[in-house]
Amino acid sequence: MTRAIHWLSVSLLLIAAGLALVAYKHLSLGYPLKPGQIEESWTAEARLVILPETGPVKVELLLPAVTPRLGLLRENFISRGYGLTTEENRWDRSAQWAVRRASQRQLLYYSGVFYTDRGREPFAPTPAYPEIPRLPEPFDTAMQAIVDDVRRQSADIATFAAEMVARINSASPGEEMALFLNSPEYRNNPVRIARTLLAGARIPTEQVNGFTLTQTERRARPERLLAVHNGRQWLFFDPATGRQGLPDNFLIWWRGERPAVSVEGAELVDLSWSIRRNELGAIDLADERATRHGAWPAVFSLLDLPVQAQTVYAVLLLVPVGGFIMVLMRNLIGLRSFGTFMPVLIALAFRETGLIGGLLLFGVVVGTGLSLRFYLERLRLLLVPRLTAVLIIVVGLMVALSLLSHQLGWDVGLSVGLFPMVIMAMVIERMSIVWEERGPHEALIEAAGTALIASLAYFIMTRELVGHLVFVFPELLLTVLGLTLLMGRYSGYRLSELIRFRRLAREL
Amino acid sequence: MISFIRKLKAAGVLGINARNARYVLEHNPRRLYPLVDDKILCKARLKAHGIAVPDQLGIVRGQYQAGALARRLRTLDEFAIKPATGTGGDGVLVTLGRRGKDWITPGGGLLSMADIQYHVSGILAGMYSLGGQLDAALIEELVHTDPALHPIAPEGVPDIRVIVFRGVPVMAMMRLPTRRSGGKANLHQGAIGAGVDMATGMTLSAVMQHDIVDQHPDTGASVTGFTVPRWPHLIGLSARCFDAVPLGYLGVDMVLDERYGPLVLELNARPGLAIQIANRAGLAHRLALVDQLDNPEGLSVEARTAFALEAGLPVN
Repeated sequence: MTRAIHWLSVSLLLIAAGLALVAYKHLSLGYPLKPGQIEESWTAEARLVILPETGPVKVELLLPAVTPRLGLLRENFISRGYGLTTEENRWDRSAQWAVRRASQRQLLYYSGVFYTDRGREPFAPTPAYPEIPRLPEPFDTAMQAIVDDVRRQSADIATFAAEMVARINSASPGEEMALFLNSPEYRNNPVRIARTLLAGARIPTEQVNGFTLTQTERRARPERLLAVHNGRQWLFFDPATGRQGLPDNFLIWWRGERPAVSVEGAELVDLSWSIRRNELGAIDLADERATRHGAWPAVFSLLDLPVQAQTVYAVLLLVPVGGFIMVLMRNLIGLRSFGTFMPVLIALAFRETGLIGGLLLFGVVVGTGLSLRFYLERLRLLLVPRLTAVLIIVVGLMVALSLLSHQLGWDVGLSVGLFPMVIMAMVIERMSIVWEERGPHEALIEAAGTALIASLAYFIMTRELVGHLVFVFPELLLTVLGLTLLMGRYSGYRLSELIRFRRLAREL
Repeated sequence: MISFIRKLKAAGVLGINARNARYVLEHNPRRLYPLVDDKILCKARLKAHGIAVPDQLGIVRGQYQAGALARRLRTLDEFAIKPATGTGGDGVLVTLGRRGKDWITPGGGLLSMADIQYHVSGILAGMYSLGGQLDAALIEELVHTDPALHPIAPEGVPDIRVIVFRGVPVMAMMRLPTRRSGGKANLHQGAIGAGVDMATGMTLSAVMQHDIVDQHPDTGASVTGFTVPRWPHLIGLSARCFDAVPLGYLGVDMVLDERYGPLVLELNARPGLAIQIANRAGLAHRLALVDQLDNPEGLSVEARTAFALEAGLPVN
């Protein structure tokens, strides 16, 4: 009893562990369950043209640091001849290019690849309450009036800020608001107006500069958003429309009123931004993402292996699937086959030759080999030399078949070389012994069983979905192992036994 | 389909999976397997426990003994050569007598010394052994079937298979060679399997391949209602095999020899399930009866034999 419980719990644990790991990798790291999935990513690029003056040149570019729901996949700096240093802390990043002497027009590039992520980190630290700004009259009075007025019409910081933005954008702004809107300092800068007035109510705010990543834009213009901290989190407002919330795929490039680029010892001739939409294999993206997050699946990912090794494992990982099919076919259905794992190995060879071609080739080689084996029987050879002779014949047949099919322009024949020849030699030997000892009937039954299992294993192992799942989620091995253990104590009837006991059941 | 499975289950019919999982794996320790898989070891063990077995005429362990083999065979007219680790009667060669320099096979063919040596070299190279490892060949005295069995087995050597569970014989069948089986008592090859009543030793019902038969196909004689001679002795002998090789789920193959009486031919750690078809009864209920006994292994051979003969094991 305890053994049964032990067995059952180990099996179920393995199955659950495998599935749980798959679920984790899929749900939290985005490894795709289906093959061939494409995900979006965006390349955002800043291109700087500078005209150096005499003397050393220093260029600073603010870089994207933290953006909720977007992650940085990789970035590139192009700056020939410049020394590059990057500075970063938790909230801010910047790149400094420096050169002691430069003469011509220079191009500097920064590009970063961004992807949709699930992170919801704040983009900036929790700010302190700002001092109430001291404005010259009549602005100070106007500010007081507006703040008092808005405060009456709002319930909390969010509604306060929303109301403020709405007033700034109002078609018929009040007298006080018009004062701000028409002053040279604030004209066309609703973010500055909002920040000043909100500071009048001691509400912390921040200006956010960035881009909405939706499509390819060769010359993108940075957009400004107003960020308001309500004591717990940052709220975003579109200063032009009053719409609340961070737009989807909004990349926060830098914050504050300062420009993104500052140049010393040179003139900034042109600064242009561009956005490019890319498509990326979902697997690669998930893998890069996992690497970024430092999650263990990235460390143990088969995608990090050299491509050569990857292809080997892509095949190797299918063997357990074939093995499990073998278990089902033998212990549940009751098919008989030559050897335990021969059908799986044959199925692997079928992957290269195709099913029909493979069965045909296999039939031809085994059939011819079998008749030659019967001839060898007459020569009375000892077992090992005889097996070797069969092996040599198999190789010879394979060569002959390849040459013949090449002459006929029939390329399936060429792939006969992919069959494991030792397996074929052993099938021939096994089959001839069964043939002699138990008769052709039994030999043909086992041959048919072998072909059937191999075909079925081939069919399942070549499903793109199956190959994808075992390669991207090798932890499914645990599940297959668990299922195999589960089958290991299956004590019900086999399908073939039901046929065998048919007559008996009628008699009972 | 479901009702069909229920019916089989209710009758206690075992499938291979159930046999392996519940009985073979539970009751047969792996370390004892060599004792039954190697006929030479098995014979020695049985003999040491005073169980009658066919006489051993010689053993060939290597190709280098080909000369010795030839010298030994020259003095023999009839014998059986078996692979030490063969399964299911594979690789057994039988001669019935001499014709000049050659030997006569049960099928009426002739074998030369070279034919026999070739067969032996195949055995030695592991052609019949599990996994193909090197093997030995065993030369045995030929069994002469008790003429009392001739009515139901005119040709070949019929044998009696008894399933012994935890030392208690629970089910038995006779395997009767036919012309179709080539004189071999092998059900796969077309021999008749006849279930035998444990209490009386009377054959109950018989199957050949998958058909139910009443008559021997070669002679037309009835194969049911025949009482196997020396039945209690045979059952006792099968129970004693458990003392020599304590496998909890054991198949004992015996023959009735004209000169020596019941002999044990070989033991089997994974006896087949066709015996259920021959008996038209499932094994599970009988095995459960034994499981209800308090420590059946500890009982004496006599007690176990008596249980088998008198417990009224269900006759379906």
